[in-house]
Amino acid sequence: MLKIECPWCGPRHETEFRYGGEAHRVRPEKPDSLTDEAWAAFLFMRTNTKGAFAERWCHVNGCRRWFNVLRHTVSHEILAVYAMGEVPPVPGARKEGGQ
Amino acid sequence: MSMLNRTASGGSVDRSKPLNFTFNGQSYRGFEGDTLASALLANGVHLVGRSFKYHRPRGIVAAGAEEPGALVQLETAEHTEPNIRATQIELYEGLVASSVNVWPSVDFDVSAINGLFAKLFTAGFYNKTFMWPRSFWMRLYEPVIRRAAGWGRAPTTSDPDLYDHMHDHPDVLVIGAGPAGLSAAVEAGRAGARVVLVDEQAEPGGSLLTLEREIDGQPGRDWVQDRIAELEAMPDVRILSRTVLFGYYDHNYLVAVERKTDHLPVMKRPGRIRQRTWHFRAGHVVLATGAHERPLVFADNDRPGIMLAGSVLTYLNRYGVFPGKEVVLFTNNDGAYETALALHEQRLKVAAVVDVRHQVTGALPARVRALGIPVFAGHALSATRGGKRVSAVEVRPVQQGAGKLTGAGRWINCDLVAMSGGWSPVVHLFSQSQGRLEFDAGKSAFVPAHAVPAQTVAGAANGDFLLKDCLLAGREAGRNGVLAAGLKPKRRKPAAAVHEPETAPMEPVWLVPGREPVGVGKAKHFVDLQNDTTAADIALATREGFESSEHVKRYTLTGFGTDQGKTSNINALGILSGLLDRPLGEIGTTTFRPPYTPVAYGALAGRNIGRWSDPVRTTSIHPWHEGNGARFETVGQWHRPWYYPKNGENLQAAVNRECLAVRNGVGVLDASTLGKIDIRGPDAAEFLNRVYTNAWSKLGVGRIRYGLMCREDGMVFDDGTTARLAPDHFLMTTTTGNAAVVLDWLEDYLQTEWPDLRVYCTSVTEQWATVSVAGPKARRVLEKLAPEMKLGPDDFPFLSFQEGTVAGMAARIFRISFTGELTFEINVPWHQGLALWKAVMDAGEEFGITPYGTETMHVLRAEKGFIIVGQETDGTTTPQDLGMDWIVSKAKPDFIGKRSFTRSDTSRPDRKQLVGLLTEDPETVLPEGAQLVFDPHAPKPMPMVGHVTSSYYSAALGRSIALALVKGGQDRMGQHVFAPLEGGTVTAVLTSPVFFDKEGERQDGEI
Repeated sequence: MLKIECPWCGPRHETEFRYGGEAHRVRPEKPDSLTDEAWAAFLFMRTNTKGAFAERWCHVNGCRRWFNVLRHTVSHEILAVYAMGEVPPVPGARKEGGQ
Repeated sequence: MSMLNRTASGGSVDRSKPLNFTFNGQSYRGFEGDTLASALLANGVHLVGRSFKYHRPRGIVAAGAEEPGALVQLETAEHTEPNIRATQIELYEGLVASSVNVWPSVDFDVSAINGLFAKLFTAGFYNKTFMWPRSFWMRLYEPVIRRAAGWGRAPTTSDPDLYDHMHDHPDVLVIGAGPAGLSAAVEAGRAGARVVLVDEQAEPGGSLLTLEREIDGQPGRDWVQDRIAELEAMPDVRILSRTVLFGYYDHNYLVAVERKTDHLPVMKRPGRIRQRTWHFRAGHVVLATGAHERPLVFADNDRPGIMLAGSVLTYLNRYGVFPGKEVVLFTNNDGAYETALALHEQRLKVAAVVDVRHQVTGALPARVRALGIPVFAGHALSATRGGKRVSAVEVRPVQQGAGKLTGAGRWINCDLVAMSGGWSPVVHLFSQSQGRLEFDAGKSAFVPAHAVPAQTVAGAANGDFLLKDCLLAGREAGRNGVLAAGLKPKRRKPAAAVHEPETAPMEPVWLVPGREPVGVGKAKHFVDLQNDTTAADIALATREGFESSEHVKRYTLTGFGTDQGKTSNINALGILSGLLDRPLGEIGTTTFRPPYTPVAYGALAGRNIGRWSDPVRTTSIHPWHEGNGARFETVGQWHRPWYYPKNGENLQAAVNRECLAVRNGVGVLDASTLGKIDIRGPDAAEFLNRVYTNAWSKLGVGRIRYGLMCREDGMVFDDGTTARLAPDHFLMTTTTGNAAVVLDWLEDYLQTEWPDLRVYCTSVTEQWATVSVAGPKARRVLEKLAPEMKLGPDDFPFLSFQEGTVAGMAARIFRISFTGELTFEINVPWHQGLALWKAVMDAGEEFGITPYGTETMHVLRAEKGFIIVGQETDGTTTPQDLGMDWIVSKAKPDFIGKRSFTRSDTSRPDRKQLVGLLTEDPETVLPEGAQLVFDPHAPKPMPMVGHVTSSYYSAALGRSIALALVKGGQDRMGQHVFAPLEGGTVTAVLTSPVFFDKEGERQDGEI
């Protein structure tokens, strides 16, 4: 069970959070202008990263805020926690929240 | 019966406290401090069970958690527990235990005949032998195997004991209270760290309880006592004995179970917590889990009386028990010689030490030789004899490396064989934590190579088998914990002076040759005593193409079962390595998974049982429902009235009566559970435009609109009505079971996609109690309760809301309808719900007001063709599939799901579409979920074209009705579909899903 550093509430058990999948997928501004293929890519395709992976978490049993986490998908080490709308930090450049 | 095999003194048992116990119906005595295993051995009992497949006699092999064979059924009736290792059961007065997997008795086991059918029971026998004919499997093979195989019996009554859970967040969590763990805990504690020290045994000390050692001139046991006393005096140190750390998960989350009363007589346990589950989130973890001794794999190595040499020493030194009087030792290392010396000191006959090494030069062997004990260097045990106990062994010279026997054998009589194949670090928790192992050829063991962050492995668990190394490594591990906690470690003291024997290198031997090649003849080389896996089984697996260690494990069952291969895995891997001629390091280990030892379900459940297993939500009107005989239905966590039977009515009779009351008079429903979300902010209307499929900007204040929500893929996700309370204030309702999910969904979009929208969502489900008054006479009832309000259809039209005073209470009244009848949904603050309900019942009495439950609600809405999300939809249903195009805006540029309505898949003409079904026989009610076909005579498997989503008997229509999703159904009105059911095929005709009041003439009620 991961230990996740909520930016608002501090370190908490994973059971307090809901996983929100891959981060930085932006809903297209004008879906109507997209081809079927491009829309299907937005709907269904996700990257399956081995290594540092940016993903969304929501502290559902706490402050109910969404935020981003950079997590290593093999070691589960949490490399960074950052706000919605922020650019993902470069892994290794800033290492925090890890064990 | 006296304890035949007890030493005159010594050990940590309390000889002044004898205890009586029963094993297989026979009474015995032991001492306080014994385990069931040590007490049985003290009484000369070696035969404790029968093996899994072959029902061969089996005895006690080890002295701790690694025991593969001595599983017992502990206690009886509601206290019974199956498959507990006798080596881990602390003896108490009145203990009752029996063997598992023996029938009719351990001494006379008819199933031993399985041994004659051994050829049938080779690796993979489940898959091979019993595949055909299939019916034989269920009727014949399976029941027979179930009876013959397997172990103990699960209790049949509910568990009477109490369990609880605790959470702790230590700076340093030390696992194992042997020399390394104690050193680590003391080092961390002295620096002021918050320390938890966990040990699975009743008594701390680990190997120091077995080996005679001196530390700084002090006997090992005294050194342990001093360390424990020091730790106990520290305020921030918690010592948990009798506690098995069984799971090590991500980010130093660890789970342990503490046995609090299992060592007490059963009658002294009631009212106390039996076991406590501990959850740790530790800053730093020190793994000082020690090592397990390996058996040697030789011909017929499973007879009772063949034990691990280190365990024999434990029984002798810790429990004052000698498991035999005439002993042969069989070893590939110096450790077993220490056992030989200790046995000799107790004046027991050490008949021989048989050592596969050709060069035996160490100090310990020299001392053994000096005592005149025969040492057979370069020899091996090639055969054993004995029925229910080993009686003799054959000793033969063996090649260097133990590849082949090289000479004639001689038989030596004995009643105990003490074997040692070297030691394996206990790396289970290390591996669970995702640490990486490497094979150390010098130690001939898999040792920790790369640990996860914030963890140190120390002592024998790390492959350091010498006491002086354990003490030093423990100290350094403790310092790591101190530094991790941001504290300052104390200055290092000089290393302790340790007196321990020098040892020469061991020589790995994975398979000792027998008189005949492995797999030939009757002799068996057992690798896994619990699963009856032999070396021949592993050879068979490789011949059949299984090479990966994980595949071989599954094919041969090696390492399965309650011991998870603590003693067998390494030998299996070693044999595999030899068969494949690949180095052991390349073969690798199988995966270690939690739990380390089996855990009782009760300990995992803790207090979350019975009514505490899941929260129950009830409305403020619940007491009235209970008092008036309602039957309840669980919706999410809510308990909602299902129906209110009168005078012994069954469900159908009650629902018919309730339905007719609503259609012809007036009914009342507790609708408080409906999800309610308060949505505020300047951009609230724009937000609703984006999340609902229809348009919201022009909805006037005081008006209500029905809305449908889709996901981005265009599938229906939720529905409900939303009222505009003010220009920037809406009240949304959701389905009961989906309220939390919808709120999360809204928050997700607000926080992550559209943070620019100024909108705030608040759940108010439990702020408002909702009493829904429905039926042609509903207005009459409300007129009595709200005389100041104008309730006529012109002043208070359908799909509008008003605030007013109802029965003296400030209320919000919504004119919406889920029944097709005139309906007022009266909302008052939650705590006033019951008062409002009673007032409505009183006012409605003269009109015959009838409370109705969820079942009637479902029938009434189905008569009107109203969908229920999750019943008519399943996550693959679009609004168009439901015939609800009318609610999908064509004008709005964008909303969630819009783009997907033009995907090729959602515009297919043969999608399943919502239709009504009328059965040919009006009395036949189709089962919900029934599959439908167009051609009931089509060859099987028939093409399935849809399924029934809702089906009821409608009292108002006097016949059955059903809703269904049918391929291309909207273009097939009037055609037939068929439901081929077990009792025959039901024919139905496709109709509109609206069965009742198609024109909607009833929604204003009696004027």
